[in-house]
Amino acid sequence: MSAVSFKNVSRLYDEVVAIDQVSFEIPEGEFFTLLGPSGSGKTTSLRMIAGFEFPSSGDILIQGESCIGKPPFERNVNTVFQDYALFPHMNVRDNIAYGLKVSGVSRSSYLKQADEMLDLVQLPDVGDRKPAMLSGGQRQRIAIARALINKPKILLLDEPLGALDLKLREQMQVELKKLQRQVGITFVFVTHDQQEALSMSDRICIFNQGRVEQIGTPDEVYETPSTKFVAHFIGNVNLFSGDQSNRLIGKSVSAMLRPERIHIHQDQNKPKLIQGKITEREFLGAYIRYQVSCDGDINIIVHQPNHGASDLHPRYAIGDQVQLNWSETAVHNISGVA
Amino acid sequence: MSTVNSLGKSSIWRRLSIWLFIRPRTVLLMLLIPPLLWMGIVYLGSLFNLLAYSVFGLDEFSGQIVKELTFRNFIDLFRLSNLDVIFRTTIMATLVTIACALIAFPIAYYMAKYTSGKTRALFYLGVMLPLWSSYLVRVYAWKLILAKEGVIGWIFHSLGIEFVLEAILSLPLVGGSSLSFSRMGTFIVLVYIWLPFMILPIQAAIERIPKSLLEASSDLGAKPKQTFRKIIFPLAIPGIAAGSIFTFSLTLGDYIIPGIIGNSTMYIGQVVYMQQGMAGNIPFAAAFSLVPILIIAVYLALAKRLGAFDAL
Repeated sequence: MSAVSFKNVSRLYDEVVAIDQVSFEIPEGEFFTLLGPSGSGKTTSLRMIAGFEFPSSGDILIQGESCIGKPPFERNVNTVFQDYALFPHMNVRDNIAYGLKVSGVSRSSYLKQADEMLDLVQLPDVGDRKPAMLSGGQRQRIAIARALINKPKILLLDEPLGALDLKLREQMQVELKKLQRQVGITFVFVTHDQQEALSMSDRICIFNQGRVEQIGTPDEVYETPSTKFVAHFIGNVNLFSGDQSNRLIGKSVSAMLRPERIHIHQDQNKPKLIQGKITEREFLGAYIRYQVSCDGDINIIVHQPNHGASDLHPRYAIGDQVQLNWSETAVHNISGVA
Repeated sequence: MSTVNSLGKSSIWRRLSIWLFIRPRTVLLMLLIPPLLWMGIVYLGSLFNLLAYSVFGLDEFSGQIVKELTFRNFIDLFRLSNLDVIFRTTIMATLVTIACALIAFPIAYYMAKYTSGKTRALFYLGVMLPLWSSYLVRVYAWKLILAKEGVIGWIFHSLGIEFVLEAILSLPLVGGSSLSFSRMGTFIVLVYIWLPFMILPIQAAIERIPKSLLEASSDLGAKPKQTFRKIIFPLAIPGIAAGSIFTFSLTLGDYIIPGIIGNSTMYIGQVVYMQQGMAGNIPFAAAFSLVPILIIAVYLALAKRLGAFDAL
């Protein structure tokens, strides 16, 4: 049985379609990410699982049960909000214990469990503070602790790392993933950050304009995107079609080539598929990004890994003539419409 | 060239702007001096001047103020008739505040949670519109509404339930010959007049509650009633406290409404007015005007103690 399944779900705001006939399944225990640009319907989908919004048509099953007409307080799912939504008039312990308090658990029991949750998120000493006295990262953990205390079957996370700075975000990504393995429940995670989606998810569901473009493991959506949109949205990409493809790979199809799969060199003796002139160069630390303008109006982005500048790995400058080469397996045909 | 010219022309202004830009404290001081003068000298100064009079005496024969230190006025405050006035006014202010809070909360809640755009504007208009017309006109209008032959009497009569009105009017303490000559009438009009001052702060407080807090509460399993009791109400309390400070202190000081509507028993404001205006006993009036200040100070201390401002 799936943890969540969408059955032909649509959601309309007045006349605007936010979700258009969406169907997918989230298996138990999976870290499932809804990824897409803003306004693509990912947050609306999450809010419909939580029960803050209802489908205009279709149905959502949570653990096999229909959600039609079920308010949030009748659902065994909990949410970590983007702004954390901690109650400002309660201290941290009362915030965490809230879910137990409203369901009538005794005071001694809920205080004990709240302290256990504080240990789980590694903040054992902040129980008596007000949320306003915590840092962003701490609030984030308290919001997670509060959402987990009801022992939900599914945890929903609405861009929970969006407000954190890069270092903290990377740290929280690892911790969230660890936490998910620890508690073993289904996580449904919403983000617009493809890097975050790739690094954390078991599977990613990519939304675009209210529709699902592709569902797959990070590897699948990165290496074998099924549409141009997915190829573009996840990572950097070179896309070719029609005549260009014909010249580059000998077939008139829509094709995709990741910049890091291209070998850039100036050695006349090595094999080459095309040559061109460097028009842009960006140093990005782990790699160097070149834009190469090739014959026939083809622009190709190339990522050269940073192995340190040496004769073996020469660096190139704007204006240099270079040759590009890639293996046949680096090219992926996009089956979707061109 | 043109930039050089334009800079050159306004060089005094430019230098002044720079001079002020790097001296934010000077700017602050310049901004604060006028209000400080107004508050400090005109407002607080005259208030302290009045209070200083409270320790002066009055020559009973000549009616002249005797500028000698005396605590006579404060001792007089504890006369039974004066304590009676203080007690009655405080009770009235408390009841008016409670009634205002009870009536205002649902209106404010509805405004904040269920209206937007034009409907919200309509509500604001409805709440504020009475404030645009003269206070006296409104009070006299109520005199007519509450009169024996007024609208309220007529409604009770038409519905054939006059006995209800009569039962209310025959109650001790609150009753009278008609609503406009009863403490009930005074109460109704005070509640009406000060209600906007309760609605607006509560509405502002509820409006400030982020929607995500209510969603989080519901998400964690709270039924709407629990969300209201544990989230909305506690977060609205600073608004209720702010509103109650208005309604409480305004009722405490009002001397016109009890003078026009009611059974001619006295309230603090009227005593101050009569002692100062008619009896010319400014020192005693000054002493009496200290009473509401003290009561409000006690009220604020109590509200703070009860945590009314914790959610701020």
